[in-house]
Amino acid sequence: MLNINQSAEIIFTPELLTKFGEIVNRYPEGKQKSALLPILHLVQAEYGWTSVPAMDKVAVYLGLQPIEVYEVATFYTMYFLKPTGRYMLEVCRTGPCCLVGAEKIMQYLEQKLGVKEGEITPDGMFSWRGVECLAACGFGPVLQIGPEYTFHENLTESKIDELIDTLKLTTAKTPVDSIS
Amino acid sequence: MSDKVKVTIDGITVEVEPGISILNAARQIGGDVVPPAMCYYSKLEGSGGKCRTCLVKVSKGSEKDPRPMPKLVASCRTNVMDGMEVQNITSPEVVEARKGVVEILLINHPLDCPICDQAGECHLQDLAFEHGSEATRYEFERRTFDRIDIGDKIQLHMTRCILCYRCVYTADQITNNRVHGVLGRGDASEISTYIEKAIDNDFSGNVIDVCPVGALTDRTFRFKNRVWFTKPVDAHRDCPTCSGKVTLWYKGADVLRVTARKDQFGEAEEFICNTCRFDTKQTGDWVIEGPRNISNNSVISANHYETLRPLPVVQNNALLQEANKEQFERATKF
Amino acid sequence: MGRKLLLEHINVPGINTFDVYRQQGGYRAVEKALKTLSPEAIVEEVKKSGLRGRGGAGFPTGMKWSFLAKPEGKARYLVCNADESEPGTFKDRYLMTYIPHLLIEGMIVSSFALGAAVSYIYVRGEMMPQIRILERAIAEAKNAGFLGKNILGSGYDLELYVQPGGGAYICGEETALIESLEGKRGNPRIKPPFPAISGLYGCPTVVNNVESIAAVVPIINDGGEEYAKVGIGRSTGTKLISAGGNLAKPGVYEIELGLPVEEFIYSEEYCGGIANGKRLKAVVAGGSSVPVLPANLILKTVNGEKRLMSYESLADGGFVSGSMMGSGGFIAFDEDQCMVRNTWNFSRFYHHESCGQCSPCREGTGWMEKVLHRIEYGHGKYSDIDLLVDVSRKIEGNTICPLGDAAAWPVASAIRHFRDEFEWHITHPAEAVKRNFGLAHYADPLPPVAEPA
Repeated sequence: MLNINQSAEIIFTPELLTKFGEIVNRYPEGKQKSALLPILHLVQAEYGWTSVPAMDKVAVYLGLQPIEVYEVATFYTMYFLKPTGRYMLEVCRTGPCCLVGAEKIMQYLEQKLGVKEGEITPDGMFSWRGVECLAACGFGPVLQIGPEYTFHENLTESKIDELIDTLKLTTAKTPVDSIS
Repeated sequence: MSDKVKVTIDGITVEVEPGISILNAARQIGGDVVPPAMCYYSKLEGSGGKCRTCLVKVSKGSEKDPRPMPKLVASCRTNVMDGMEVQNITSPEVVEARKGVVEILLINHPLDCPICDQAGECHLQDLAFEHGSEATRYEFERRTFDRIDIGDKIQLHMTRCILCYRCVYTADQITNNRVHGVLGRGDASEISTYIEKAIDNDFSGNVIDVCPVGALTDRTFRFKNRVWFTKPVDAHRDCPTCSGKVTLWYKGADVLRVTARKDQFGEAEEFICNTCRFDTKQTGDWVIEGPRNISNNSVISANHYETLRPLPVVQNNALLQEANKEQFERATKF
Repeated sequence: MGRKLLLEHINVPGINTFDVYRQQGGYRAVEKALKTLSPEAIVEEVKKSGLRGRGGAGFPTGMKWSFLAKPEGKARYLVCNADESEPGTFKDRYLMTYIPHLLIEGMIVSSFALGAAVSYIYVRGEMMPQIRILERAIAEAKNAGFLGKNILGSGYDLELYVQPGGGAYICGEETALIESLEGKRGNPRIKPPFPAISGLYGCPTVVNNVESIAAVVPIINDGGEEYAKVGIGRSTGTKLISAGGNLAKPGVYEIELGLPVEEFIYSEEYCGGIANGKRLKAVVAGGSSVPVLPANLILKTVNGEKRLMSYESLADGGFVSGSMMGSGGFIAFDEDQCMVRNTWNFSRFYHHESCGQCSPCREGTGWMEKVLHRIEYGHGKYSDIDLLVDVSRKIEGNTICPLGDAAAWPVASAIRHFRDEFEWHITHPAEAVKRNFGLAHYADPLPPVAEPA
């Protein structure tokens, strides 16, 4: 059971509803449940996390029982079931990245941000956590930042410093794109 | 007639309908040949395949394709083919694998049978008794959850759950809306409603009957008595919602609980409604049919007049017969 | 230089755009297939090519295609498995990032061969940038008339969609992927029925890895027989190898199957040896699930033959002294790596990623992780080693899907080959947390096999 305030009123914006509609159209008639995962991603990108009222609204939209949405949202690791910092830094903690120093990077991140895994910095800007393999084993250590999951490869302590400084200055919802 | 297929399980050949599972074929033979099933429930579509206790070895695929299957298969979800040969208790490999599954099912089970209402009719208890080892090799803290009341009639004790999914299928198929499900992943999965919600539905009580362990129990029966001290009696009533065919569990003159009638494999013969189960606990509500026959193997029958039979050693010994006289008289009187 | 069939033009600037890709001869396979070949002929070419599934299992793709049921009045689906999450594997990310049109082209040809009118590419949710790249590529291809209604005037219609996952390794298993695509929890289905009979929405479905689908393009361009000439024996064609770990030049390499492992690790054309001048201790040759091998066994088989990068050679010796090609996730460990720690790490991965549907995997993976954690942190007992082997056996083969096997193999193989290192952790608990066991003689050549008298 959750002990977080889940009472916030959720009203999907028309833009969001248009996107939902486009997604639902990808599937055959009556198979709109397929849209659940992509729609939950959009909802999380909009609200920062996946709250119960938001999931209930999605259930109504797709004609599902709310429990069907909860079941799915709790199964997959990308849906945050409680609020996080504005930037969630997800560091790969699986074997190949550990061979090239991912554990040290996580220690450094913990020390740099001053919060433990899963916690939010006092200014509400950052959270971090270790995640399982991000399929970038040749460029480790790596981290990603939602909601567009921009990638930061071959991490070093100075790269982390740089990244956090940049993010602090960014006010946009989507962090800087490292790929381009 | 010629539609039937021949299948041999542990050396016993039986003719069955094509397309049925190995488990159901074994059930037609009966006895020790029947693999145990913790998650499969013949009345719930899609159930089975998950607990892996019913694993068997297919040593011959079929008459047409006699190759053996490469791995052990879940007998509840593998269909018979004509000429198939299956090994259950005659295969050391199966016995070993089953022992492993039982050990693994128990590593996070609280083993709190002394305070569990399910004790005595618990499938996991039977399974552990038959296939388990005497001690566990697991030396870590066991997974625990808080007890939750889902509504005023049903208690969920997730710590005991083996995640058979039967209650989820029941809610999907017997009731008209499901508010509980399996949440989370891996060994952190749990049966839950996620946010506090009561399961409130005419047929919701059936989740208690389908639960193979003590994870979902009847709150109206909680700590009232041990099941083996109560006496099961078949009864029926004219119910507008369900068939009204139930088993009443008596202690003296009181009906302590009402359940569906369970067949020899522990499955409900017919699902019953919540009114029958929770709200009609007076003898006057029911037409009594007679004592419920309980298998000799069950601890419930140990205290049951109908099955009290003298042990062989007693039969041939006048002294022992004299010593047990009172017991025999009580049994015959009934 | 080995032949490149997939990444031939990877260094051409702008190859990720439709125009440049087309200039380099892209979408020739679509033209050839739709204008000159029948769907059956394409399946036949793929069969002839000997292409084996590149996702890990190595099942012949043409054979898989020919199993697809074709009932009247029922849709058929092709789903591309881009849920790449096997530790050590990152070739699909690379391919989708830098040459997305190769995948789109392969999807069009394969969908045509299978008679699918709608196809999906299921990409893991964490690859949001790749999802955007693919969406852009699909829009470009559609603009150019290679997708949509009546493609190239052939009368064939195809819609292609990208579906994001939600973060679950198990969705790389084909039936779990289908469940996830249907908007459910990624619990693998119990087979039979196989997807070829009843898959997505209960319709006949083929699920193929990104690289397998991309490989269809050179097969159609050059013909199956030509493709089968590349490679060695039943390992035909080229394979993308994701080289990671302690290598001097990690990255994605396209190799001709049959390349000696030694050459792959040490030659300048490929990995350029071990990073920082260290020595090689062990290799996981095909993604974290396959058995780990010490250096001496990865370079040569027990018979003293050179081990090659091929399905057969890597599997030479079975699980006693061999491994598997798997998905081509090549992880190299240098002399300073701790095998116990790594095994624990992999075990934690499988514990975290187990879907929890069937009991041996749900409970057993957690148990193995806890025991390994105890050994790694100096609280282990001698009996723990045998316990691990026993638990891994209890899981292996007794689960619904191969994740149970994948969780069991790394543990069993690490103990098989590095048992002295596990024992050292138990006998030297204080030292084990401070320093590594080192190289021992894992890199020394194997003694020649004695002739039986």
